[in-house]
Amino acid sequence: MVDGLRAYRLIGGMWIRSTMAYRASFAMTTFANFAVTALDFVGILLMFSRVKVLGGWPLPEVAFLYGLSSVAFGFADLAIGSMERLGRRVRDGTLDTLLVRPAPVLAQVAADRFALRRLGRIMQGALVLGYALTAVDIHWTPLKALLMPVMVLSGAGIFCAVFVAGAAFQFVAQDASEVQNAFTYGGATLLQYPPTVFGRELVRGVTFLLPLAFVTWLPAAYVLGRPMPLGLPHWVAFAPPLVAVACLALSGVAWRAGLRSYRSTGN
Amino acid sequence: MGSGRLYVAVVAGGFRRYATYRAATAAGVFTNTVFGLILVYTYLALWDEKPHLGGYDQAQAVTYVWLGQAIFAAMAIGGGGVEGELMERIRTGDVAIDLYRPADLQLWWLAADVGRALFQLLGRGVIPFVFGALVFPVALPGDVATWGAFLVTLVLAMAVGFGIRYLIALLTFWMMDGTGMTHMTMLAGFFCSGMMLPLNVFPGALGDVVRELPWSALLQKPADVLLGEADPWRTFAFQGAWAVVLLGAGRLLQSVATRRVVVQGG
Repeated sequence: MVDGLRAYRLIGGMWIRSTMAYRASFAMTTFANFAVTALDFVGILLMFSRVKVLGGWPLPEVAFLYGLSSVAFGFADLAIGSMERLGRRVRDGTLDTLLVRPAPVLAQVAADRFALRRLGRIMQGALVLGYALTAVDIHWTPLKALLMPVMVLSGAGIFCAVFVAGAAFQFVAQDASEVQNAFTYGGATLLQYPPTVFGRELVRGVTFLLPLAFVTWLPAAYVLGRPMPLGLPHWVAFAPPLVAVACLALSGVAWRAGLRSYRSTGN
Repeated sequence: MGSGRLYVAVVAGGFRRYATYRAATAAGVFTNTVFGLILVYTYLALWDEKPHLGGYDQAQAVTYVWLGQAIFAAMAIGGGGVEGELMERIRTGDVAIDLYRPADLQLWWLAADVGRALFQLLGRGVIPFVFGALVFPVALPGDVATWGAFLVTLVLAMAVGFGIRYLIALLTFWMMDGTGMTHMTMLAGFFCSGMMLPLNVFPGALGDVVRELPWSALLQKPADVLLGEADPWRTFAFQGAWAVVLLGAGRLLQSVATRRVVVQGG
């Protein structure tokens, strides 16, 4: 664990130094990253230019969901988003290089091509969240205030688990790395909209099967004082840390199974 | 006539090349279907709130979503066509070999991109579209003429899409690193094609402008023909005009670029 964190820090630092060699390019790509995600929100603004509420939720509350989801996903993407490139390494055999190095493979893969430009997404999400917090009338209690950072960290943990599980899947699937996008980017997009928009079966699926609902929908419903989705009890709003730990443990098991099944291309 | 056969062979090669990656195609179908599901629910909520938004009814809006998912890869709306490879060849200097060939650079890459688009239309487009049509209420035309006109708009959309991306790729001759340009293309593609939100829902002057830009030829115009909301001949004219302008500009830029190109290394 300590080894892994050290390796992650060293490799990540190396990639940051290499990015900083081209500062203008870094500034441009960070801005592009910011703009790509900002455009996402412009889409929501355009929708609200024509309607007052979506699924019964007004703009500031949708912005609240959007900001939370973006920031949580942004942290996961910044930390280990590069893992989606694992399929390429499996295909061309360069994963072998990582296997012979004296550092945990997971840490090496996670820090590979560490991209600081992904801060763009976090900044954009934080801005929208800031707007939401000033525009929504929340009855703050100490518990709700405490839940905010817990929600973001647990959400990032849940998305990290999805990234790790997706990478483990790529040992088997190789070419099919795009499937992962459906759960990572697709999940982040899904959570930007109110749960009332979606079919009951879909909400059930992302609560009980792939517990993305714990990233925002359930805790946010509690903070906003809205009825809990699926009529769940209030205490589930505080379950995200437990769900995140469970998901990370499960994805860790999947990762080990995937790594053990790895057969090199042999070049 | 000999060169005509050459480009047909390049189209077939492009098609077969993409057809090789079966797992990737299946993954793409799955991803497009999931994104379609997410979008369809948000559109249903939007049209629930405001029926006949942008002149569409709910079934038309649903059809629009699945059409977008079906042709997203084929039209390379977010990039991902052959331009990535062309940029890499310009950057490394391999493009010199392409220029040496007894074939036209632009037509060669156009043929390769059309082959790719045809495969992705069939391989990645049909299943999500059929899935959407079976699971959700959709509005599809009953007459052959509309379907025929729709297919023509798709072919023209391929030409316009390539025209945009070829111009971007040629800029690599001057910029060397195409990452920033690729990002910007993706951005413009998502926003201006109607992939994010149908262009007829865009408010006021913004809507008036985006509907006239070339990107609207990729998704919005074919959709309007399929949904019976636009006159096919006027749509052909719009798409054809943009195709001619963009491919012409590409030809011009290509001649400037190849005259000043200096190939690195030996």
